[in-house]
Amino acid sequence: MFGDYSISDLGAILAMQGFAGLILFSVYVLMALGLAIIFGQMGVINMAHGEFMILGAYVTWMTSNAVQHTAPWLFPGYFFIAMILAFIASGALGMLVEWALIRHLYKRPLDTLLATWGLSLILQQAYRSIFGAREVGVELPEWMMGSWQATDSIQIPINGMFVMGLTILITIVVFYILFWSSWGKQVRAVVQNRVMAGAVGINTEKVDRYTFGLGCGIAGIAGSAFTMIGSTGPTAGQLYIVDTFLVVVFGGAASLFGTIASAFSISQTQSTLEFFLSGSMAKVITLLTIVAILMVRPQGLFALKVRK
Amino acid sequence: MINSRFFNRSELLGFLALAVLLLVILPLSLDIFRLNLVAKYLTYAFVGIGLVLCWGYGGILSLGQGVFFGLGGYCMAMYLKLEASSVANTKIQSTPGIPDFMDWNQLTSLPFFWKPFHSFPITLLAILLVPAFFALIIGAAMFKRRVGGVYFAIITQAIAAILTILIVGQQGYTGGINGITDLRTLHGWDIRTDHAKFILYFVEVVLLFGCIVAAQFIRLTKLGRILVAMREQEDRVRFSGYSVANFKIFAFCAAAVFAAIGGAMFTLEVGFMSPSFVGIVPSIEMVIYTAVGGRMSIFGAVWGALLVNFAKTSLSESFPQLWLFGLGALFIAVVLAFPNGLSGIWADHVQPRIDRLLASRKSKSAAGMIADGAPAE
Repeated sequence: MFGDYSISDLGAILAMQGFAGLILFSVYVLMALGLAIIFGQMGVINMAHGEFMILGAYVTWMTSNAVQHTAPWLFPGYFFIAMILAFIASGALGMLVEWALIRHLYKRPLDTLLATWGLSLILQQAYRSIFGAREVGVELPEWMMGSWQATDSIQIPINGMFVMGLTILITIVVFYILFWSSWGKQVRAVVQNRVMAGAVGINTEKVDRYTFGLGCGIAGIAGSAFTMIGSTGPTAGQLYIVDTFLVVVFGGAASLFGTIASAFSISQTQSTLEFFLSGSMAKVITLLTIVAILMVRPQGLFALKVRK
Repeated sequence: MINSRFFNRSELLGFLALAVLLLVILPLSLDIFRLNLVAKYLTYAFVGIGLVLCWGYGGILSLGQGVFFGLGGYCMAMYLKLEASSVANTKIQSTPGIPDFMDWNQLTSLPFFWKPFHSFPITLLAILLVPAFFALIIGAAMFKRRVGGVYFAIITQAIAAILTILIVGQQGYTGGINGITDLRTLHGWDIRTDHAKFILYFVEVVLLFGCIVAAQFIRLTKLGRILVAMREQEDRVRFSGYSVANFKIFAFCAAAVFAAIGGAMFTLEVGFMSPSFVGIVPSIEMVIYTAVGGRMSIFGAVWGALLVNFAKTSLSESFPQLWLFGLGALFIAVVLAFPNGLSGIWADHVQPRIDRLLASRKSKSAAGMIADGAPAE
């Protein structure tokens, strides 16, 4: 298998494959962070999470078109505007959904699964009716195209580095919000004991709504980041939903740190296996390994010790 | 047993109404194309009955019923495909006697796991045992470790995804994304004719009633009561000395076998099997049929499968844009407003009215008799 490559070639391949794994890792983290808040913290099984990401992707696509036609001088930086818009759009839709749907179902977590599945069908058809069934792609500004030549044989795509940087930034922000801000304390209090949190004067309904909105907003940013790597179609969200749930469950549902660790291990396993096997077999083996580990250790990698 | 009668009065009426509809009204009023569609819908009713036991009664939501539906369907399809690709039928291939898609994928001999499917009895056994064994492994691994609820749902969903990717990826062994197509005869009997479809419909309905009776039997024995007790207070059942895991494994395996029977009938009725009936989307749709029909009612599951599929077909025929909106709204409405589905609406709103009507008529006729009797005095 290695006979045809020299040592330096192998090193370059390993480095590039490792970097491909790191990009996949960033994508997984972006996808899973929002779900880790919604599913891990709030316990809501949001099957429409993929559709919130796709909303972000479509917002980015619309922004890119609008900027190209009305304000071309803004084009190099339009991504930052698009991301903020994607966050606001997905977050607002998330809060609307929480108000109309989710808040009636906090006591029946399995039923949120069915209801949000219905929601995802509606959203998919809405995207298809509004944007058409064809996949759309955005045009990248010039500085994001091409790749960075690290050495003679190692090339690293710039949009991948941008996604990685973005992931790190968003992760830090989410950690700050949840673990250092007073609002984050309220969120965690509501998650741990809704009744007691209400008793000490926290407005649990408001906290729920904003938490759900935050999770959906991050999904919107993830979708926006996706447009840099691939194209967007009305049903693209369904492709990611299983992966995303597995990342969150494998990490230990209530632990944000676990989510990141599991995203890292899953993405590295998959990208390494992809080098040796076909893409579909790499995926099968990765998923099987996760399922097998979850059967042995159902609480995931990092479990919080809580008394039931 | 508290309820000594196997079906109580309203259940008996439900059973008879369903029997009259499926065995008399539909075959007489529909042409063979529509009847075949009904037969296709009914294959999901098998899955629904299993889900009532495992989800409604046992509280175990499986999002991987498509796996068992698919396993049953693929077992049947493998037998039919081997019969369709006899040496005489496939003499133009470079390796005659193996299915055409294997020949296209440069396979030169039949893979070992296809060989048992030359025999019809082994195929029938495999349809029942392969999914049951699969469910046993999954169930034993999960329930013994007390994985339940949401986690079980997500892991079964992942298994559905894995199986789909595997089937699509291993084209030479499974027929890939197109599935196993071009099926012709069952034990020498051509299944593509209208006459065969008519007979298969009745075979299916009889099997369905067999499954309904079996599920009713499970529901009414002590086993069914323990399932309900487990759903409500798992710890108390465990402390009473029952092995919760074993009961859950049983319910899950039973649901898998029901789903597999449905899958095998699906292959016979529709004439092919493909990964699009295995994956996440069909698995969730199966759960939805059950939820709409009523997760606590065996008859509800049958009605749910029939009505949702009927709505899906007629809506997508006339309003292709709207039907996904309608379907999505239906699920949300069912979950928010009617958690017990159609059967819940029936039991809460329709049944009391019928009872009242009957009761008032009875008292009226009783009053009339007295009135009639009065002048004669």
